[in-house]
Amino acid sequence: MTSAPPLTPYTGALERYEPATGLETHVELGTRSKLFCGCPAQFGGEPNTHVCPVCLGLPGSLPVPSRAAIEYTIRIGLALNCSIASWCRFARKNYFYPDMPKDFQISQYDEPLCTDGWLDVTVGEGDAEPQHVRVGIERVHLEEDTGKSLHVGGATGRIHGAAYSLVDYNRAGIPLVEIVTKPITGAGAAAPAVARAYVAELREVIRSLGVSDVRMEEGSLRCDVNTSLAPRGSAVLGTRTETKNVNSLRSVERAVRSEIERQAAVLDAGGTVALETRHFHEDTGITTPGRSKEEAEDYRYFPEPDLVPLAPAREWVEQIRRSLPELPALRRERLAAEWHLSDADLAALRNADAIDLVAETVAAGASPADARKWWLGELSRRANETGTELVGLAITPAQVARVAELVTSGALNDRLARQVIDGVLAGEGTPDEVVAARALAVVSDDGALTAVVDEAIAAHPDVAERIRGGKVAATGVLVGAVMKATRGQADAAKVRELILQRLS
Amino acid sequence: MSELTTMTAAELSVKLQSGEVSATEVTRAHLDRIAAVDGRVHAFLHVAADGALAAARQVDERRAAGAELGPLAGVPVALKDNFTTTDMPTTAGSRILNRWQPPYDATITSRLRRAGAIILGKTNMDEFAMGSSTENSAFGPTRNPWDLSRVPGGSSGGSAASVAAYEAPLAIGTDTGGSIRQPAAVCGITGMKPTYGGNSRYGLIAFASSLDTPGPLARTVLDAALLQETISGHDPMDATSIDEAVPPVAAAARQADVAGLRIGVVAELAGEGYQPGVLSRFSQAVELLEALGAKVTEVSCPHFRYALPAYYLIAPSECSSNLARFDAMRYGLRVGDDGTRSAEEVMSLTRAEGFGAEVKRRIMLGTYALSSGYYDAYYGKAQQVRTLIARDFEAAFGQVDVLVSPTTPTTAFPIGERADDPIAMYLADLCTIPSNLAGNAAISVPCGLAPEDGLPVGFQVMAPVLADDRAYRVAAAAEAAFTERWGHPLLAGARGLDQATADDTRGAGR
Repeated sequence: MTSAPPLTPYTGALERYEPATGLETHVELGTRSKLFCGCPAQFGGEPNTHVCPVCLGLPGSLPVPSRAAIEYTIRIGLALNCSIASWCRFARKNYFYPDMPKDFQISQYDEPLCTDGWLDVTVGEGDAEPQHVRVGIERVHLEEDTGKSLHVGGATGRIHGAAYSLVDYNRAGIPLVEIVTKPITGAGAAAPAVARAYVAELREVIRSLGVSDVRMEEGSLRCDVNTSLAPRGSAVLGTRTETKNVNSLRSVERAVRSEIERQAAVLDAGGTVALETRHFHEDTGITTPGRSKEEAEDYRYFPEPDLVPLAPAREWVEQIRRSLPELPALRRERLAAEWHLSDADLAALRNADAIDLVAETVAAGASPADARKWWLGELSRRANETGTELVGLAITPAQVARVAELVTSGALNDRLARQVIDGVLAGEGTPDEVVAARALAVVSDDGALTAVVDEAIAAHPDVAERIRGGKVAATGVLVGAVMKATRGQADAAKVRELILQRLS
Repeated sequence: MSELTTMTAAELSVKLQSGEVSATEVTRAHLDRIAAVDGRVHAFLHVAADGALAAARQVDERRAAGAELGPLAGVPVALKDNFTTTDMPTTAGSRILNRWQPPYDATITSRLRRAGAIILGKTNMDEFAMGSSTENSAFGPTRNPWDLSRVPGGSSGGSAASVAAYEAPLAIGTDTGGSIRQPAAVCGITGMKPTYGGNSRYGLIAFASSLDTPGPLARTVLDAALLQETISGHDPMDATSIDEAVPPVAAAARQADVAGLRIGVVAELAGEGYQPGVLSRFSQAVELLEALGAKVTEVSCPHFRYALPAYYLIAPSECSSNLARFDAMRYGLRVGDDGTRSAEEVMSLTRAEGFGAEVKRRIMLGTYALSSGYYDAYYGKAQQVRTLIARDFEAAFGQVDVLVSPTTPTTAFPIGERADDPIAMYLADLCTIPSNLAGNAAISVPCGLAPEDGLPVGFQVMAPVLADDRAYRVAAAAEAAFTERWGHPLLAGARGLDQATADDTRGAGR
């Protein structure tokens, strides 16, 4: 379809150019109802069932703003250290598109609700020297989402080549918050990582506020990445491109990197970077051109005359500020201290999205070390195998804590505990129910074990001989044999003790 | 003509409540009248005979069962065709919505139904309320009952004509730049533009959101007040709806006195371009109020001269956006969808065929005025003028209680006369537009016939925002004084449809 553009190797590009990035992130708010009507704002549903005259934009219908959506936006603004406007307006963004019920979008233009904030992010955790970057927030504003077009009959699922299109207006009118950063400069080679770290941190912040489920794969967090290059030493930003369809944290990083390499190649060849929208491709990791910004539409913004200005009372804003939860960065710092974690440990927990799960497991009674061990070890392995996220596993932190408790008390060993987890994940019930149903218990009774130990010694005379000769390390072979014979239920320490007793 | 159709709503209300007449009889009388004259007047786009009779029967049954009913229960009303109705098509006078049946009722529609008012049908209007003559309707013009060759004004021309022709005692219209007051004036009836936000716009097909104001048309000031009390009040479905107590307008209409009241004559709303007979009737009206004890002074509102140009930037700007939704995708007309064309092409063909010339003109004007690079010079500047006009009103209301002016510079003009001259057409709203820009209350009441053509002249009373009752009080006092002087209501002196001859019909042209 599209041939790969020439690229300049990354390190070479960074020697000659300084990248600047900027991110525009859209977050679907998790309010119960849509922004301007009472329809449910939930994801999914049969097409065109969550609709009414207002969100369908029927003639005569009028928008009435949701207080919850405004409150959620202010929460986000405050968490990002923004100023909250004491007076601002919604504006109409006019353009024709079939999935826009009114052929204009109610958004905000030159009077956003929240302005001028920042978010601190850290890159290089775990390995090299961590780099702390303060990302400036230009604005946070509230707008309505559009409907969703489904293009049928084309090869690509895009409008070109499609035989016809269907429109689902369930999404139309769902509150959407747009968060725009100031240009992020000075990150050098770390620019892609900073962009990724920003989106990751933003996602955690918003999740902690309880205002959105921020799932990139379901589109409740969507990200456009702006990238530009300037010659090293130049104070002026270069021409930017806006990359869309960046649907995962990994893609954010790859898209920036790819754009740096592509733009460097253009500049190296004496060309100029076109101001345009580009489309990121997950499979190839490159971007291809979309709509040119030069011929972009004039949106004819003007203040929405169907709505009165938005003037959140100071007391209300302060009340919202007081109700903010502990933000993720502070919480991580606190937990790292409480759990005695190294930077690398913490980074591992964050990468696995396991901080909340571990915290809940600890709250349910497990030690931090045990909670971490189970979530990052066995449970991460299961999640990888099934291609789900940790939170998607069919086991609760309380159940993990119970498994850990059974191991600590000696009722289970690790091997049995893994079988308990198997049972829980398979839907066989709680850990205790699985233990009972599968009759899982450590056998540490001398009488029961002695016979099996003797059988193992008899079956491995050479090994027994070596142990008698003082090669204690060889005991493992016999322990393994006993464990196999007892299907893992023997108390390994006890078995070892018995073997050494019999062979001394 | 049945005498039930010549009674005022207030008179009908008394007879209905006493059981002297039934809602069914009243409704049938009006339906008969519509059947007799609307072929010539064309006030209605849709007559809901069955629905009206069913609603009337229901009112009669409820009354028989002893239910507590409001003053308008059983009183017929005509509804402008830009209010959504689940049981009648709603077209806003446009081909693009031809036969559209809305799935919901406008707030005003449902308030009328709840009050037991009988909705007779939907009245003709300039397409999307853009016009001052009802000639811009996609379904043919309405004729002025005083002279069938003349326009009834607009855009609520169908509503005004229906009341003037005794097809309905009451009608609902909408006023964006004068669209209630101007047709009321040229049809010789009363029309009120309430304070912006006083009446809900939910279910009113928008022309210019920041200006559109629903309001009543009636043959008396009291009737208009009764209708306004029935439809007004806060509506949570309209974010611009005022959340305050409704002014006691019916009481004010009954009070009808001006003794000691300070009345300001707006200096800028007179002079060149005004028909002599309009000015002379207006002056007489002012003298009459002075004789009743009002203190009359002249007041200057210097920015009113910029009201018309400011309006013709703001209203088209908003309409260019409001009318974008008519894109053939979800409802209404769809042209050219033969499976070979893109959605964009179908949108374009539909809009080309579905909208009339005036609507297209305003969409283009508004699109231009909002374009990047022009916004500040046009839309932005017009908003500044709007603020200055509101300040003119504030300053004037610091000196006087109400302002008065002619409602229109001329009486009803012949059909076709201004159809090709938009500027001449726009001038019909010269006196009414300032109150739309400032959002204050304003009413038009008949003040006589212009000597040169024998056609009705309107007297406009403007009151401050939320002081709707004051406008009613002054208008009612003027009405009482005029009626006494004339010896009968103005309409009773009309040559009238019932004496209309074949000459009139031929003279109507087109």
